[in-house]
Formats: sequence, structure tokens, C-alpha cells
Amino acid sequence: MSEVPARLDIVNLSRRSLLGVTPAVGLILAVGFPRFALAGDEPKYGADGMPHAWVDDPLVFVAIAPDGTVTITCHRQEMGQGVRTSLPMVVADELEADFSRVLVRQAQGDEARFGNQDTDGSRSVRHFFEPMRRCGAAARTMLEQAAAAQWGVPLAQVSASNHEVVHHPTNRKLGYGALAVAASRLPVPARDSLRLKSPAQFRYIGKGEVRIVDGPDIVAGRGKYGIDTRLEGMLYAVIARPAVYGGRVVSHDATEALKIAGVVRVVEIPGTPVPSEFQPLGGVAVLATNTWAAIQGRNALTIQWDDGPNGSYDSTAYKASLETSVRNPGRVVRNEGDAAAAMKSAARLVQAEYYVPHMTQAPMEPPAATARIVDGRCEVWACVQAPQVTRDRVAKRLGLSADRVTVNVTLLGGGFGRKSKPDYAVEAALLSKAMDGKPVKVTWTREDDIQHSYYHTVSVEHLEAGLDASGKPVAWLHRSAAPSISSIFGPDPKHESAMELGMGLVDVPFAIPNLRLENPEVAAHTRIGWYRSVSNIPHAFAIQSFVAELAAAAERDPKDYLLELIGSARRIDPHKVRDSWNYGESPVLYPVDTGRLRRVIETAAQKAEWGKPMPAGSGLGIAAHYSFAAYVAVVVEVTVSDKGELSIPRVDIAFDCGPQVNPERIRVQLEGACVMGVGNTLLSEITFKGGRVEQTNFNDYQVARMNVAPRDIRVHLIPADFGMPLGGVGEPGVPPIAPALCNAIFAATGKRIRRLPIGDQLST
Amino acid sequence: MSTTLSVNGKTVTVDVPDDTRLLWTLRDVLGMTGTKFGCGMALCGACTVHLDGAPTRACITPIASTVGKKITTIEAIGADSVGQRVQAAWLDLGVPQCGYCQSGQIMAATALLRQNPRPSDADIEAAMSGNICRCGTYPRIRAAIKKAASAEGGSR
Repeated sequence: MSEVPARLDIVNLSRRSLLGVTPAVGLILAVGFPRFALAGDEPKYGADGMPHAWVDDPLVFVAIAPDGTVTITCHRQEMGQGVRTSLPMVVADELEADFSRVLVRQAQGDEARFGNQDTDGSRSVRHFFEPMRRCGAAARTMLEQAAAAQWGVPLAQVSASNHEVVHHPTNRKLGYGALAVAASRLPVPARDSLRLKSPAQFRYIGKGEVRIVDGPDIVAGRGKYGIDTRLEGMLYAVIARPAVYGGRVVSHDATEALKIAGVVRVVEIPGTPVPSEFQPLGGVAVLATNTWAAIQGRNALTIQWDDGPNGSYDSTAYKASLETSVRNPGRVVRNEGDAAAAMKSAARLVQAEYYVPHMTQAPMEPPAATARIVDGRCEVWACVQAPQVTRDRVAKRLGLSADRVTVNVTLLGGGFGRKSKPDYAVEAALLSKAMDGKPVKVTWTREDDIQHSYYHTVSVEHLEAGLDASGKPVAWLHRSAAPSISSIFGPDPKHESAMELGMGLVDVPFAIPNLRLENPEVAAHTRIGWYRSVSNIPHAFAIQSFVAELAAAAERDPKDYLLELIGSARRIDPHKVRDSWNYGESPVLYPVDTGRLRRVIETAAQKAEWGKPMPAGSGLGIAAHYSFAAYVAVVVEVTVSDKGELSIPRVDIAFDCGPQVNPERIRVQLEGACVMGVGNTLLSEITFKGGRVEQTNFNDYQVARMNVAPRDIRVHLIPADFGMPLGGVGEPGVPPIAPALCNAIFAATGKRIRRLPIGDQLST
Repeated sequence: MSTTLSVNGKTVTVDVPDDTRLLWTLRDVLGMTGTKFGCGMALCGACTVHLDGAPTRACITPIASTVGKKITTIEAIGADSVGQRVQAAWLDLGVPQCGYCQSGQIMAATALLRQNPRPSDADIEAAMSGNICRCGTYPRIRAAIKKAASAEGGSR
């Protein structure tokens, strides 16, 4: 049983380092150097620890036209989290810009210029709130300086307010448009000279009154997503990919396909050996004059495949192998006291296993990308979460330097982690190359998306607890077995990475004297990838269900029991509990604060009137989870009919992410996370047989629809002042939903769900 | 192979096989990308358009079957008073997240309200459960439909 490896930065392979990158244009004084000088191998945290860190130069992010229109660049990708509103709103607030006169421009993939652009990990506002504030404040200062110079008055006598600079003694005013040219010629003020607003002065931050900037386009069908790209002379491609991970084309016959009206050409794309990282699976592409013709052409292909070594992957057999794994000792990932000895002397033992299947992100816009190559330069238009990663992977596959690849980012019709992996953009680039640079759009059909994704892992979680005579746990054993995302990046480590372990397993915040966490060895047989909330989903489901099971065994109230298990308010140093990852954040700034966890539990319980009498067939369930530097507790109310029909009249969510930059979008994210969590719990499952995904489309890969979604979702935000570190928002809402829902079902029916999805388990 | 269609009040002729699906004809041939692809099997509603006012999944509809019918897409729904109220309610309540499914949601909601100006919760669920939103905007869609219904003011 080996030790946990140190920090594992699996996403940072082959990224250019910050140093050595020269800004392409002049006048950039403040390219993202880390805030503090750090010794060579000292760890960097937060945005500093990400590839290309951050940039806070107003000349990069802010442009002001003579008519006063302020254009703010958003360098993070919009996929429904509202970032194209929230980050520009932060800049505009410090800039004292009138948001109705702000346009938002989407950055191309260029991290040397913009700082890190990997839009994942619930990091965008958490990492860029401060740099974007400084951008706005620096630009505001430059406008004030320009006005003072024009009037010949001391800087102290002027201040910017709502899109103009005012000279207070004389009440003279100059609009931003009139000052723009002069301001742009001034040096960018030093970072430590900037005057940031006090929170009381915020105009937009924390208010939640700004509507999303893309709303008017979206409701009129004008929003441009990756799948909507249209270029002159463009061909439309769909690709037949190997059904089994690591499979390849032996031969293909395109005769019939080429007879389809509109089909122009059939091209074989070489696959990528396992582990294929973000490179394409390969296959046979049909290029046509429209997507329908391409789909018909693909249907007419005859292809001989070699499935390779994963052709026997079978979910039923794999589940049994995971169960075998967790019933035997595995690699110890955290150990305190002596759990085995304490179990022996415990008054009673409780044991349970929980199963969470593979799932897929299934964003409503499937993967899609367009590429063309002109004069040795490749230009890509795509719905990608990580445009610099896309640029690097396209460049690598085409044998170009990254500066000869341009990645234009469209709106993303959902991402949920799928679009962090740009294999589809590489496909488009390869097809354009095959067509002598002609523009080619690759569209994934829903079947492609469901059958060739990067799947949420599949896991069995085995828990044992020893209770003393009062029902209190004195020993806790948790074995988690799940194939790792690391398996797509290199030789399969067959163990969860530090990132995966740190998502709710090793950082379990319970005050139990004898605690042992193990991670047995299991191998991956498909592409495993991030899916919104990632390993927090199985870890939270198992742990928060098991706590309720222990409470039932001890005949205690589950909420009180959960609070007792968490114990007193204290700050847990993640590194001391063997969590070397901690969402990439500093253990000093971001400890696990059990006081905050207690508070969300108490808030959710109080708002939901926890303890109120419930009619027969109805019940309340509670669960809480810390992830992505945020604290969430959920109370779900369910009603289950005699026939096992479930409805969810109400959900109360208490959320503490520290300061709330855009509370309206935070509420929306939690509502959406709740609905997605309900779909995960009730319906969604990917299974493999013969190495192939058995599901095909939304008929057999089911997701939440309105008729299963909770009727009433109430979000209760815990106030926090802006002096506190920011937490994440997009992902933390998902993990507690499944256990809270299953705990509610137990309260309503006495039936304990240990295998997701619930499917028909309530009616049988 | 040319087929004549009526799209948003305009007559257009397209030169593709007449079993080509309306969705791809709109998007790839006519360049109207507001109508979205989600599943290709009438399972998700992202491609919802109106055919003579009735909500229709464009992804399974061959253009041959639309000849002589009035096709209305998201690009023109704002010209309809109910569609306009639905769009306004969507913005007022901040319904969209990624927004990709919302063309279809708005087309489905508009068709519902034109047929049933005061839908109950059950009516809304029945009409809207064919439209998938992975972002989970259902609670706000429900509220926005009610808001658009109450904003109707008497006459239609």
C-alpha cells in the first residue's frame, strides 16, 4: 500500500511556461506576473497555480470608443454559468462604466495575453474577480488622470462616476468617450497604486441586477454556438468513430456513401493510441454539402473495425469487479487512529456499498467545430471550454507552431466538462487539412456524443462504521474504487489522482477518532473525463447516505447526527488530512471550515422546517457537502405513491461560496445543479457491453425533464463580506442532491437506495 | 429536386432531396441557425418550429411534408404578440443559462400559450416535458410561462 503521490497536475502537460512568453504588442505593462515572488519549487495556489496564471492589464481587457462605448473582453468561456456577464460586470463596476453602454467581446485562445482560460473547476470568478477589479480600477484611474490633465487640475479634485469624470470644485464633466484617446496614451498605473472600491461603493457587484448579456440574442435565436458556424464554401462532416476505446478502422468501403446526393468525399482519420488524451478517436469521415447528407452518407458506409483490448468491457462484470476490489484492503490514502481495532470493540457495526454508474455530460449542443487552413495557418471556430488547450492540441496534430493556430470561441451550448476536451476541434482541423484547407465543420450527432464521450467514472464506495453504545461512530472505513481520469493522460495509474481523492473522500470533515480511507486498484477501459462536480458525486452520495443510515441505526435525527459527526466549528488544514490538491487553493486561505458547513446545514434545515410532521408517503432528506471551496446543504422533500411514483415538491438549498459577485446567477446555477443532480439520481446511466456504450440517444440515456424536476427550488445564500476568499459556484450544487433525495425517499418509504440511478427501484 | 417552402412569411426554394429534414434545410441550406439540433429523433425539442402554428420537431420532418404549410421559426417568433411576451418573460426572469435549448423552449411555450392562454402546472408540464434543458432551467421556464400568460391582458 503506497503513499499518495504529491500534487498531480494532470492537465498541465506540455503547456508553455509563463516566463519566456513575450507580449505580442507594446504598452502592456502588467502582464500576469504572480502576485508574490515565490521560490522555484514553492507551490503556487489559485490563479497563480494555473497555466499562464492571470493578467490584469486594462489595455488587454478594456477598450473605449470615442462614442463612449466600452468594450470589455471576456477571456473565459460562456457555457451557461453567466461568465460573459459576471466578469465584465466586475470590470465595469470598478471602471464606473454604465453597463448598458458595455459590449462584451470574446477573447480568442491566447493565454499568454489573457491569462488562464481553462473554464472548468468552478474557477472563473474565484480566480479572476481580483484581476478584473484591478483592470477596471486601472482604466478608471487612467480616465481620471486624462481628465485632470485636460482641465489642468489636481487628480484629487476629480473622480469617475457612471461613465464620466467629474471635476468636483467646478462640476465640469467629461464623458469616457471624450477621454478615451488621451487615457490610452497614459502609462498603466502600478498595481499597488490602484484604489479599489469599497464594497459599499459597488454598483453591480453583489447586486444581481444585471441581466445576462447574451439574453436578447438567445431568445431571438441569434446566439452563435459552435454548431452555428458558417463559412463560405464550407463542407459539413460527420464521422464514424470506433465504438470501443482503442479500436481502429481495418478497412472501409465508401462506394454507397458516395452515391448519396450531397456527399463530396469520404476521408479516413487516423486514430490516436491509448491513452488518447484530447486527440481524436479516429474513424471515417463523410464530408457533404449539408449535415443531413453527411449523416446519410455515414449510414451508407461499410467499415471493418478492430476493437482492440477494451472490446470486452462490460458494465455488469465491471461492477462485480469493483465490488471485489472494495471488499479487500487497498492503497491507504488517509489513516488516523486504528479503525480496525476500534471496529472490534464497537457496540455495533454498520456496513453499506454504494454504486454510481458512468454518466455522460450530454450538453444540449453536441461537440462541434469548424476549421480552415490558409497559408499554413489554421483558424478554428468552436464551442470549447479550454481554447488555449485547443490551440495547442490542433497545433501539435497539424505539426504547426501554436502561433499559427487561431481559436475563436463561440457560445457553448452547455459544457459540463465535455468541452474541456477538444478532440472534435482537432477532427475539424484534420479534415480541413485533408481537403486542402477548405473550411470543414464537424458536427457530432447525439449518438456520437453519447457513445464516444469522456465518461464520468463508475464507482463502488464501501463504507463501514463501528458505533459505540450511544450510537456514535468510533471507527470509520471508506474504500473508494473508480477508474481515474488520469488514465487518458498516461499509463493508467489504476488509482484515483490527488484531485479525485480530494473531491470529498480524503477531505471528509468528520470528527471520528479512528478513520481509514482506502483506494483499491482498478483499471479504466474507456475515456474517463470530468463531468460537472466530478468525483464529488460518488463520494458525497456514499458518505451522506451512509451518515443517514448510521443515524437510522442509532435511532437519531439525521440532521442532528450529521452535525455531531462534523463536530465543533473548526478549520481543517487540507494538507493535514492528506488532501494535497484542495482545488488548487492555498490551505491557509481555503481550509475546510466546519463552522460554515454547520451553518449551511442549520440554514437549510430551518428554511425547510426540518422536523415538521410529514404525511404518509412523504419525507424530508438532508445532505451537505463541501466542494470547489463552497459549502452546500440541501433538504429535499419527496412524495412517493403506493405505486412508487416519485415527485419532488420542494428543495431548499443553503449555499455559502463566500462573497457573491453575481447573486442572481448563483441562484440560477444552484437551481440548475439541483435539476441536473435529480437527473443523475433518478435516470442517467451509461453502460458498456462488448466494449460499446449501450445507450444511443435521449430515449435510453435519460436526463431530467420538467416533469421530474422539483416544482419549487429555494436557494438561501449565506451572506459574506468581500474580505473573504471566493468559492466556486458552478459545480458545488450537484453532489448533495443525490444523497438528500435518497435520504428523503428513505424517510418517506423506509427504502434505502444504494445504487444509482434509482430507475424503477421504487416500484419493484 | 427543388422544393418551395414558406418560411417566416417568405417563399423560398431549396435544391435538396425532398426527404431532407427541415432542421438541416433551415440551418445549412437557408443559413437560419436559430433552430437547434439536439437529438435528431424528436426526443429533446431543441429544433421546435411551428408548422401552421403547431409545434413541430424539425429534425424528423422531411421538407416534402411542409410544402403548402407556414413554417415559423425562432427568428420570427418576436413578430407574434404571444411570442414577444414569452421572449420578454424569458428575459425578465433570467431563464436562459447556456441558452442553446431556449429557441425550442420558446417555440413550445408560445404554441402552448396560443392554444391555452391560462395553462395550469399540469398543462405546462405536459406541453414542455418534451423539451430538454441540461442546464436545468425548468423552474424558471415554468414561472416565465405563467408570467407571459398573466401579461396577456384580455385580448389576443
